[in-house]
Amino acid sequence: MAEILRYEHVDIAYNGKVVVQDVSFTLEDGEILGIVGESGSGKSTVIKAAMGLLGPAGQVTRGDIYYNGNDLPDLSPAQIRKLNGPELGMIFQAAGASFCPIRTVGAQLFESMTEHESIGKDDFNHRAVELLQKIGFDNPQRILDSYPFELSGGMQQRVSIAAAMLLNPKILLADEPTSALDVSVQKQVVEEMLLVRKTFGTAIVIVTHNIGVIGAMADKVLVMKDGKMVEYGETRQVLEHPQMEYTQKLMAAVPRLRR
Amino acid sequence: MPVGPILRVDNLTKVFTRKGQPDFTAVDHISFEVEPGQCLGIIGESGSGKSTVANLITRLIDPTEGQIVLDGEDITRLKGRQLQTAYRKMQMVFQTPTESFDPRHTLGDGVGESLRNFGLDQSEVNREVAELLKQCGLPPEFAKRYPHQVSGGQCQRAAIARAIAIQPKLLICDEATSALDVTIQTEILALLSDLRRELNLSILFICHDIALVQQFCDWVLVMYKGSIVEEGVPDEVIRNPQNDYTKRLIESIL
Repeated sequence: MAEILRYEHVDIAYNGKVVVQDVSFTLEDGEILGIVGESGSGKSTVIKAAMGLLGPAGQVTRGDIYYNGNDLPDLSPAQIRKLNGPELGMIFQAAGASFCPIRTVGAQLFESMTEHESIGKDDFNHRAVELLQKIGFDNPQRILDSYPFELSGGMQQRVSIAAAMLLNPKILLADEPTSALDVSVQKQVVEEMLLVRKTFGTAIVIVTHNIGVIGAMADKVLVMKDGKMVEYGETRQVLEHPQMEYTQKLMAAVPRLRR
Repeated sequence: MPVGPILRVDNLTKVFTRKGQPDFTAVDHISFEVEPGQCLGIIGESGSGKSTVANLITRLIDPTEGQIVLDGEDITRLKGRQLQTAYRKMQMVFQTPTESFDPRHTLGDGVGESLRNFGLDQSEVNREVAELLKQCGLPPEFAKRYPHQVSGGQCQRAAIARAIAIQPKLLICDEATSALDVTIQTEILALLSDLRRELNLSILFICHDIALVQQFCDWVLVMYKGSIVEEGVPDEVIRNPQNDYTKRLIESIL
């Protein structure tokens, strides 16, 4: 498999204060990488850096993030805007809040699509219905005609995955996409992302504090603490035979259901 | 004389009414008991009514129907001073520790408030607060800190110290560990276990994490759409769920 994204010794600082230090990993085509860690470990910051979403205070101060030959932190905002969407898709924790409440889902998906390609309303509708069907929605037209608040939290999150997938990105970056959801809905969203990978071969980086989610979907896992990489390797290996003391402590603390 | 349950809830019901909207029954005729020293878990998804049960029992909202009996006393309609007296027997620990303290007062003020209301003078309160903080694994200096100056886990320790200050018999924990990282969660659960043993506390433990409830509780109620759909010993309910909803819930855990 070909390499698609590579972090090389990346440091990230907010207002001059280093919050992420020396993070390196590679992501291959169709691979799912999980980044885990506790609050404040810098895990979200790591993926925000790839999309230029660190805000005015944040900056990559050292290292490189290579995507397709481009060093992402060196790109201009205009170049980044071209990549975000068609190449790098993103989904967030509070999907409901990332939609505008007073316009239908369809109108908003149409808008995000016309930002990147010229497409008519009918063509759009055709494509959107087809995509929603492909990723398991029973009644796509009803979803497109709905306002965000008419959908449940889980449905909103699945729609935001669909919104990202409409532009068929090579990489999907997901920041705590299941953390606000009930377990039954969490499972649906995990299955949705696995289906996306299976259908489109999309590589996924998922940031979460939920080890269960990592175990269910990630090929590789990167454990972070206080802005540094603690352990990086195959998911089974890291979850079942953690090498580092912190990972061992973390795994021991995860409540596991005894069935 | 046999010792009765510390808490008995009979046909407890809460209907929320709003103008122009259909009534919503958040809690629908539920009954259960908590025995002295028992830890009872309530699980269920968002909107199942778990927290409404906690808010009803602690009388933060008024029930539409039913009865709440705390340590033999009917507290369903108590008001004012009588209700305050009931709070000596039951205390609450909330989900977001930092928000459960007044941001303009120190943790020491918060922990000692019930003791001052109880009639202790300030030097006694200070001594007692230091002792309580120590019991909950915090150095006594933390009494001088403000909620925003400590971590979430430390703040939850202070909230537990506040709850046990007047030696209640029943502790109601509404998602008390849900906002915390797993390593901190483990520490807080260990603290609650220790206190439970030392003080013979009864605990009502509301939590959406079924694995935690299995680890921590003696008995579990499964709530769905305001009703109790199944109850039993956690290991039994998890290994051999009878109700369709419970089955689905257990199956979806990753």
